[in-house]
Amino acid sequence: MARISIASGKGGTGKTLVATNLAAVAGDAHLVDLDVEEPNCHLFFTCEEQSREVVNRKVPFIIKEKCTSCGNCAKVCEFHAIVSLPKDILVFDELCHGCGACSRFCPEEAIEERDHPIGELVRARVDGLRGLTYGRLKIGEASATALVRRVKKEISEDGLTVIDCPPGTACPAVESMRDSDLCVLVTEPTPFGLHDLKLALAVTAKLRLPHVVLVNKKGLPGPDIKGFCTDKKIPLIGELPFERSIAELYSKGGLLVSSPKHEQTFRSVLKNLLEEVERL
Amino acid sequence: MKEIVVLSGKGGTGKTVILASFASLAHKAVIADCDVDAPNLHLLLRPEVKERGKFSSSKVAVIDGRLCNGCKECLAACRFGAITTVGNSSLRKVAIDNDACEGCGVCMRVCPSDAVRLVERESGEWFVSSTRFGPMVHALLAPGGENSGKLVALVKQKAKLIANKSGARLVLVDGPPGLSCPAISSAAGADLLVLVAEPTVSGLSDFTRIADLCNHMKAEALLIVNRWDINAGISETIEKEGARRAVRCIGRIPYDDAIPESVANAMTPMEWSKGHSRTLIADIWKKIEDRI
Repeated sequence: MARISIASGKGGTGKTLVATNLAAVAGDAHLVDLDVEEPNCHLFFTCEEQSREVVNRKVPFIIKEKCTSCGNCAKVCEFHAIVSLPKDILVFDELCHGCGACSRFCPEEAIEERDHPIGELVRARVDGLRGLTYGRLKIGEASATALVRRVKKEISEDGLTVIDCPPGTACPAVESMRDSDLCVLVTEPTPFGLHDLKLALAVTAKLRLPHVVLVNKKGLPGPDIKGFCTDKKIPLIGELPFERSIAELYSKGGLLVSSPKHEQTFRSVLKNLLEEVERL
Repeated sequence: MKEIVVLSGKGGTGKTVILASFASLAHKAVIADCDVDAPNLHLLLRPEVKERGKFSSSKVAVIDGRLCNGCKECLAACRFGAITTVGNSSLRKVAIDNDACEGCGVCMRVCPSDAVRLVERESGEWFVSSTRFGPMVHALLAPGGENSGKLVALVKQKAKLIANKSGARLVLVDGPPGLSCPAISSAAGADLLVLVAEPTVSGLSDFTRIADLCNHMKAEALLIVNRWDINAGISETIEKEGARRAVRCIGRIPYDDAIPESVANAMTPMEWSKGHSRTLIADIWKKIEDRI
């Protein structure tokens, strides 16, 4: 039905707050946490874990007995993940993109691709959600994008899916936003918030992704985001106030929609979002 | 010369404000913003750009439609789903999805008609600037840019070069959120990491993960808990989790209205006329200097 991603550019603007509360208010949403470096959505629900699987990527393994040290693998590796020495071949797993060039073009068939764990995929049952799925990157693993791609495969075309994206505008953030029907850019009315909103807008433009803005922490001193959105003709889908009570509730892992006032806000934001998707 | 890097795991915990405050307190430091995909430090330090350059570290495949015979060998060989078919006739040709292409060159090497080339992809820009607190190196990754870790390494390398030339004692680095390539690249080779955490369930989880990364990298790290009073219980848990990972807490900063006010005025909290954070941050800085 609809795939809505929650992104931001700047970290700490309230992506997870928005994603969890929207999913909770929808009643039957699949919540997918693609911030695999720092997944947090599951902290706001009582989760019954259903499955957990290790996600791997392929890295080359040189079969020494077959290798003639011809150096072809190093030559075809665009990522400098293989270094050829006169009598040895060194592989740097962390630089490998898993493209398979080395094994494909090895004349001796001396390269095997072996699994290198990059993190895990967790599926959980949660009351009030259709499900919660998240990835968790292994500590020290440099590339999050492959894990993001794997977790995205869990998204079905049916029903509502709410996606929590990582901050920033680099590859993991872009991969998380890509393929959604609508992207909600969460920002805060500070100079940092506006600056990074503009960077996030460059990403939605590049991906030709329909988008709306949601302002969190309204009341902080700083630029006029509402005016900015009006100028740029970007729909402002909702505003959440800057209140210590919200910060304290969030800090404990509580959902805002547990209070009738905020539940109403999120219901109307969800309604606006679904109407926006309908219009597209 | 010593390199100090501020990291957090979680975004929005206050890295940039704290690093900018350190920059105002340090004498003769070179400043570097390694949050290359969403940099903010320049909004407080208002650098004057002296030198700039393009950054390109990856390649992208380009298909010459005139040479493509439509065999689709490349489509089968591409592991990144970056090759799509275009046109509807029996002789369908292929096109590259630039965003998905990682520049591995497999398509180029399997193409029987030599229709594919790899070209440099511009993925960002770097700047060397001057600020009221000293020289600053910063950068901006192109939207969706690849290899942010390499751009981070470039920024750090330039900052160290300037420090060596000018005899600066310190390089102060504002790091990115998260814990993948740009964070690892920021932390690599640092003399001291300063982790800024916030007391929320998310903040606790993210702090333990970045502290684990520090241990994994065998890097020495210290902890600052920002907005300490939002949840004193979780703040104490963060401090305990830090201690378990040999990350000592060197400061608690309670929530301070003066911080967003100073930021709204493009100043560091140290330059702002109000707020309890100023003395706390100065005390923290003294502890860092002692450690260094």
